[in-house]
Amino acid sequence: MQLDKGLIGHKFNAFTTTVEAGKIRLFCKAIGEDNPIYVDEEAAKKAGYRAIPAPPTFLTAVTNDDPDKGGLLRLLNVDIGLILHGEQHYEYLAPVHVGDRITCQQQVVDIYDKKGGALWFVVSETELKDQSGKPVAKAKGITVVRNPDAAKK
Amino acid sequence: MTATVTAPKFDDVKVGDAIKPIVLPPISRHQLALYCGGSGDHNPIHVDIDFARKFGFKDVFAHGMLSMAFLGRLVTSFVPQSQVRKLGTRFTSITWVGDVITVSGKVTGKREANGEKLVDLEVKCTNQDGKDTLQGDATVALA
Repeated sequence: MQLDKGLIGHKFNAFTTTVEAGKIRLFCKAIGEDNPIYVDEEAAKKAGYRAIPAPPTFLTAVTNDDPDKGGLLRLLNVDIGLILHGEQHYEYLAPVHVGDRITCQQQVVDIYDKKGGALWFVVSETELKDQSGKPVAKAKGITVVRNPDAAKK
Repeated sequence: MTATVTAPKFDDVKVGDAIKPIVLPPISRHQLALYCGGSGDHNPIHVDIDFARKFGFKDVFAHGMLSMAFLGRLVTSFVPQSQVRKLGTRFTSITWVGDVITVSGKVTGKREANGEKLVDLEVKCTNQDGKDTLQGDATVALA
């Protein structure tokens, strides 16, 4: 298996998704977050937020809401069972709240291998903008692909 | 947990200061199912043991991003979320069902940039054997 470095620079179709209260509630239940600001609008407003804020890593649920889900793996022609998450970085530029409509634009920025091609690393960056076009966050992720051929050598 | 988190003052924070750690309940399959739905990461490797075994794993394992959410909880226990500027991590080892994760952090730097007083943090997840599963960093703005 070898990944195509020619895919560096590939831009995926942008998509827009709405930040929903029910989804934040489920996300918080899953991660054990029990601060009422994430479920109760009054509590959020008392704490100074204009609405329920999205928890810091809820941005992954935003970027995962891609109607073309799995696009990176299809582009790379890689099976989902072979990937691991190597790194994830978020830069927060402005708050994201329930009701915001977030547009996500993902781009492949690097592809490289280590251990003689046993592991491949795909770096992608996603820009997130709100309904006014204002950038709210930048996400950078590294997907690690385990080369199934490496184990056979 | 109360709604109001009061951030420390920039001048009161020293490099080396520790954030109060959070010890999490053991990772359960139920939690991975909830996170699959809650995060929209539907990779079956985290919830379907048959699929995980097919790809050479002994069992399902936790989403890296679930543990990163624990880093987020630690940082937002230290400052209100509106003061979080950056959060990042490397996923350094797999978190298995039953693992007991402790999230901890400490202050590694203080600086001013873009008109804000910023504090850099090292944050990490460590399992019951003392092995780091996530090695991350965060930046928060303080008054």
